[in-house]
Amino acid sequence: MAIFPPKERIWWNTPVEKTEVMWVTIALIWALVMFFMMPYWHLTGDQNLSNEAYKISADAYAEKTEKMAALYKVREEGDTGIPVVAPPAGSDVYMLGRLWEWWPVLELEAGKTYRLHLSSLDWQHGFSLLPENINIQVHPDYEMVVTVTPKNPGEYGIVCNEFCGAGHHTMVGKIYVK
Amino acid sequence: MSNDFRTCPDTGFKIHLPADKLIKWNAVTAIVFLLIGGIFGLLVALTRWPAVHILPPDLFYLALTAHGLDVLLVWVIFFEIALLYFTSAVLLNARLVGPKLGWLAYVLMLGGALMTNVAVLRGDSSVMFTSYVPMQAAPDFYLGIILFAVGALIGCGLFFATIIVAKKERTYEGSIPLVTFGALTAAIIAVFTILAGAAILVPTLFWSMGLIAHIDTLMYKVVWWAMGHSSQQINVAAHIAVWYAIAAILFGAKPLSEKVSRFAFLLYILFLQLASAHHLLVEPGLSSEYKIFNTSYALYLAVLASMIHGLTVPGAVEAAQRKKGFNKGLFEWLRKAPWGNPVFSGFAMSVVFFGFLGGISGVMMGTEQLNIIIHNTIYVPGHFHATVVTGTTLAFMALSYWLVPTLWQKELFLPGIAKWQPYLFGIGMALVSTFMMGAGTLGVPRRHWDISFADAAMGFDFPAAAYLMMGLNGISAIVAALGAMIFIINMVGTLLLGKDKVPAAAAPEEPVAPAAPPASAATSYGSAGTMEVPGTFVLALIFLVSFILYYFVNWKYLASVWGLS
Ligand code: HEM
Ligand SMILES: [Cu+2]
Ligand SMILES: [Cu+2]
Repeated sequence: MAIFPPKERIWWNTPVEKTEVMWVTIALIWALVMFFMMPYWHLTGDQNLSNEAYKISADAYAEKTEKMAALYKVREEGDTGIPVVAPPAGSDVYMLGRLWEWWPVLELEAGKTYRLHLSSLDWQHGFSLLPENINIQVHPDYEMVVTVTPKNPGEYGIVCNEFCGAGHHTMVGKIYVK
Repeated sequence: MSNDFRTCPDTGFKIHLPADKLIKWNAVTAIVFLLIGGIFGLLVALTRWPAVHILPPDLFYLALTAHGLDVLLVWVIFFEIALLYFTSAVLLNARLVGPKLGWLAYVLMLGGALMTNVAVLRGDSSVMFTSYVPMQAAPDFYLGIILFAVGALIGCGLFFATIIVAKKERTYEGSIPLVTFGALTAAIIAVFTILAGAAILVPTLFWSMGLIAHIDTLMYKVVWWAMGHSSQQINVAAHIAVWYAIAAILFGAKPLSEKVSRFAFLLYILFLQLASAHHLLVEPGLSSEYKIFNTSYALYLAVLASMIHGLTVPGAVEAAQRKKGFNKGLFEWLRKAPWGNPVFSGFAMSVVFFGFLGGISGVMMGTEQLNIIIHNTIYVPGHFHATVVTGTTLAFMALSYWLVPTLWQKELFLPGIAKWQPYLFGIGMALVSTFMMGAGTLGVPRRHWDISFADAAMGFDFPAAAYLMMGLNGISAIVAALGAMIFIINMVGTLLLGKDKVPAAAAPEEPVAPAAPPASAATSYGSAGTMEVPGTFVLALIFLVSFILYYFVNWKYLASVWGLS
């Protein structure tokens, strides 16, 4: 019994029952399959996060984002007058998170590829692109670059899903895909 | 010396009185914090039910911080310290080394828990139990956790010392019991966990006092999860030890193979420091090679270990039941099990829900790329309520139904309702998990006060299904909370109002001998050619098929989202 010392003193020499051997073998094979799925998807799959990231100061990142916004702004939106920015396909696109907004609004084209940069000016935020349900953690002082290819036209929400203080639940952004 | 011991009339164990007292106080304190944390949990769930939305935002984030801390940290770890004393001193018939230090540990843990609770309730430390920098809590928030951890570390030290002294004083023959071995696994992992915790929380404390200027956000998470993840590995090792204990107590079950079960525990120790990356799969600045190697515990070898226990625990029960003559077909052993005994029903649901709900979802979302469609959605709390609540908490509850009446020699306060309690709590919580996971696949964020975004400048419309799931989650949370309350009332009632036990009375309900003498249940295996536990094997195959299907369905879902590279 498991609450008493093993009855066979030399328990490590007792034979193992067949069912157990079979199960351990099957489970080990499954473990290896799951392991190799990850490198396999890096080679063949279309959804892999890049490892491209840089250290950057909040000021420097804000400056880059504002520069892009000024260059490609197409209109303003809503009560806040947040700029809607339509950068050319293939270009570097910046979005920043800060208490409590995603800035600016982006307008992208379906089927085109962009280098999307993400960083925070203050606390950590969670970039959750909905309804796609693509989720990326956004840190201050780190600039992450992800190459994205929007699939279908429509209006996408960006909900913050990392707790970032009192106004966390009001932090929503937008991406339009044409 | 010898009058420091009493002999347990139910089990025959020689119980060291100072150990007895420490086990009782740690267990009761645990249960009180389950009550406090459970109330916060219910408030959180009711707030996340959009139609009810009971708390304002500041109190919601406060309650969520308190909930995480009081249940995950305080309830679970106090109970585990009680388990460490039980599996060393009691199971080895030994004296607990340094009971005075045991009380010091207790006071540190209780004081620390109270200090952190006060900081949270004051309202200036609603940073969630993860306290990610640069969000800052008051210094006493971190200090309380540190004191708590120091206490727990002392408890682990006493456990190691007790095992060593017991060996020297020859209070047992041969190797330590499997259950103690499982607890030893948990304690070894705990030491690593607490050291990692110190490495991150001590600097963070200094930072909150203004002594350190800056803490890197990514470094914080990497080290914090070295603690946070391994602490979950402690829980797994501890509740699997409890599973083996319950199988032995109720059925006189013997492990199918000591060698295989111990090897599986050993795998936990070998890979304990890995897998922390499954919390970091979508962070900037970490390479894919690191993520893949780490998140999979090298090659999923700790997952392999859990799958082994998943077979050997029910397998041990099946073998013992068949030995008793429940041999008809594949499942007579299971049908004729004592389903009305809360020790058994809690144990059985713990095994099933931990594996099917918690295990499968955990491995899925711990896959590097699949994490992209899961990270920080409410799927994540859905997953860990299956592991740490229907798995760990339910296993601890089940054991308590045996442990509390046995240690205190009292009759259970409300034996009738105790039959139902594991079902209320277990099924209620399984539904909580399921609905949170369902809402998470629709993108509902975790730790979020208002998914209708009423106060936001821009919004996003979640589908009606998301609202429905959050509502069903609220209803299930009420059922689960009711189950938790009944458990607490029953335990506290047993202590304060329970009738003294008539010696030789067995565990509640069903006349199952609490501890059959070892020889009666000793079965020997290795009879090549015949499969001894076909029922369990069929169940394990059903598990495997569900696992494979669910795993690949999620890859298919991933393939449908925007291209990312
Ligand atoms: C009556 C029982 C319980 C109910 C109704 C409940 C419900 C919930 C809900 C609704 C959430 C919030 C999800 C979110 O908004 O992100 C949550 C979070 C959590 N729960 Fe529970 N829970 C219960 C018991 C437990 C137990 C026993 C444990 C641990 C042993 C636990 C551990 C946690 C943790 C660690 C969190 C995460 C807190 C955070 O995100 O900071 N819960 N719970
Ligand atoms: Cu945010
Ligand atoms: Cu946020």
